[in-house]
Amino acid sequence: MSRLKNWKEIRKAGLVEPASSLAVKTGDWKVVKPVVDNKKCIKCYKCVVYCPDLCIEMKNEKITPNLDYCKGCSLCSKVCPVKCIAMEKAR
Amino acid sequence: MNKNKIALTGAQAVAEAMRQINPDVVPAYPITPQTQIVETFAHFVADGKVETEMIRVESEHSAMSAAVGASAAGARVMTASSSQGVLLMLEILPIASGLRLPIVMNVVNRAISAPINIHCDHSDSMACRDLGWVQIYSEDNQEVYDNTILAMKLAEKIELPVMVMQDGFITSHCVEEVEILEDEKVKRFVGDYNPETSLLKNKVTYGALQLPDYYFETKMQEADAIAKAKIEFLKTAKELSKLTGREYNYFESYKLKDANYVIITMNSSAGTVKSVVDKLRKKGKKVGLLKPVLFRPFPYSEIKSVLKGKKIAVLDRSESFGANPPLFSEIKNSLFDINARVQSYVFGLGGREIFEKDIEKVFDNLMKNKFDETRKYIGLRE
Repeated sequence: MSRLKNWKEIRKAGLVEPASSLAVKTGDWKVVKPVVDNKKCIKCYKCVVYCPDLCIEMKNEKITPNLDYCKGCSLCSKVCPVKCIAMEKAR
Repeated sequence: MNKNKIALTGAQAVAEAMRQINPDVVPAYPITPQTQIVETFAHFVADGKVETEMIRVESEHSAMSAAVGASAAGARVMTASSSQGVLLMLEILPIASGLRLPIVMNVVNRAISAPINIHCDHSDSMACRDLGWVQIYSEDNQEVYDNTILAMKLAEKIELPVMVMQDGFITSHCVEEVEILEDEKVKRFVGDYNPETSLLKNKVTYGALQLPDYYFETKMQEADAIAKAKIEFLKTAKELSKLTGREYNYFESYKLKDANYVIITMNSSAGTVKSVVDKLRKKGKKVGLLKPVLFRPFPYSEIKSVLKGKKIAVLDRSESFGANPPLFSEIKNSLFDINARVQSYVFGLGGREIFEKDIEKVFDNLMKNKFDETRKYIGLRE
C-alpha cells in the first residue's frame, strides 16, 4: 500500500475513478489460499462462477486463482466436484 | 443604472431571480409559505420563459435528492422549501455539501412542528446551520432578490450549496417595490455553468464509501472550502454591487459606528429595529443595529471589530432547547475575549409579532444597564 495522501492532495469530495479497486490489492488478509491440481480438473468452471470475488480465471485451460484478490473463503474448494482445489496456509 | 422597479412579493422576487438565472433543473415540492416561489416559477416554465426542466417530486426528500443527482450530472440546480420541508431534506443536505454541489435553495423561514404552525421563525434554517451549506439571510424583497442572484454565482465559485433565507409571510407574501436587473445583465453575471467534473462529462463515481483512512481528509477539504467562502462572498458581492449600486457585506451596520447600544437581529425584524433606531436617534440616544447577512461561514473577527465597547442585545427568532440560541451563541463566541455585555432575547416564535415598543424596551434596558444571566423573551405572556 502506498503512502496515504493528505487533505490537500486528495480529490475533491471523495470522487473516485471507476475500476479503482484494480489499484488496491485486497487479498492480503487471507489465512488460507487455493492450490489447484490442474491435472485433476475437468474444466466444469464451477469454481469460476462460484467465486464471490470473481478472482478465479481460466488461463490457457488452466484454473488460475488471482491471489491479489482471493480472500481464502474456500468456496471453490467446496464446490469442486473432483476435489482438485486444496486449501493451504496462505503464509 | 437600470431602474426597472416593479411590485413583487418576496416569493415572486425569488421566482423572478430564478427566471433570470434560468437554471437547468428545478426539483421542488410546494409547502407554505414557500409555495408562491414554486408556483410562480412553474408559470415561467409553462409559458416557456425559461428552459428549465422542472421535476415535480413526491416529497422534499426527493426534491433534494433529485437536486443532488442533477447537480452531480453537471446541471445548474435551484430549489426552495420551508419548515418541515427543509427538515425532510435534512438527510440529503449534507450530501449536497459533502459532494460539493453548488445547489441554491431559497428557504422561506417558518416555524417547525409541533405544534404545527405556518408562520415565521428561523427554527428551520437554524436546524441545518452546520451541514456545510452557506447561509445568507435577507431583510426584505429587494435583498432576497439580490441575494438569490449572488448565491448562484457564489455557489458555483466555491463548489458548495447556498441557502438564501427570507421571513415567511412577512417578506414572502408582502408586496414591495423591487428593482429588477435586466435579464441580460443577470445572465452575464452568473455566466455559463461548466463544472470541472460531472457525471455526464467524466468517468467518475459520486458518493463512494470512504473509511477511517480518508473520510477525515475529505471533511477537512469541505471545512476549508466553506471557510474560504467568506472571501469569495465579498468578491461576488462587489461584482453584484457594480450592477445594482447597492452595498453588500457580511452584515449591515445601521448607525452602528458611534452607537453605545446595539441590537443584533436578522431578517425582517431588522427593519423594525431600524425604524426604532431612527426614532431614538432623533431624541439623541446613541443606538444602532447590526444585521448579520452571512451566517455560515460566520464572520467572527469582523463582527468583533465593530462591537468593541458597546452594550449589546441579541434578538434570536429561534430557540435552542437546552442551549444558547444560535445567533446569540455566535455573537458571544465573537466577543469572548473582550468581555462585552451581551443580553440574549428570544422573540417571534411561530409568527408572534414584535412591535416597535418591544424594541424600544430592549434599548431602554441596555441604556439602564439591565443585564440578566438568563435569556429574556419578547412578546411572551409570562
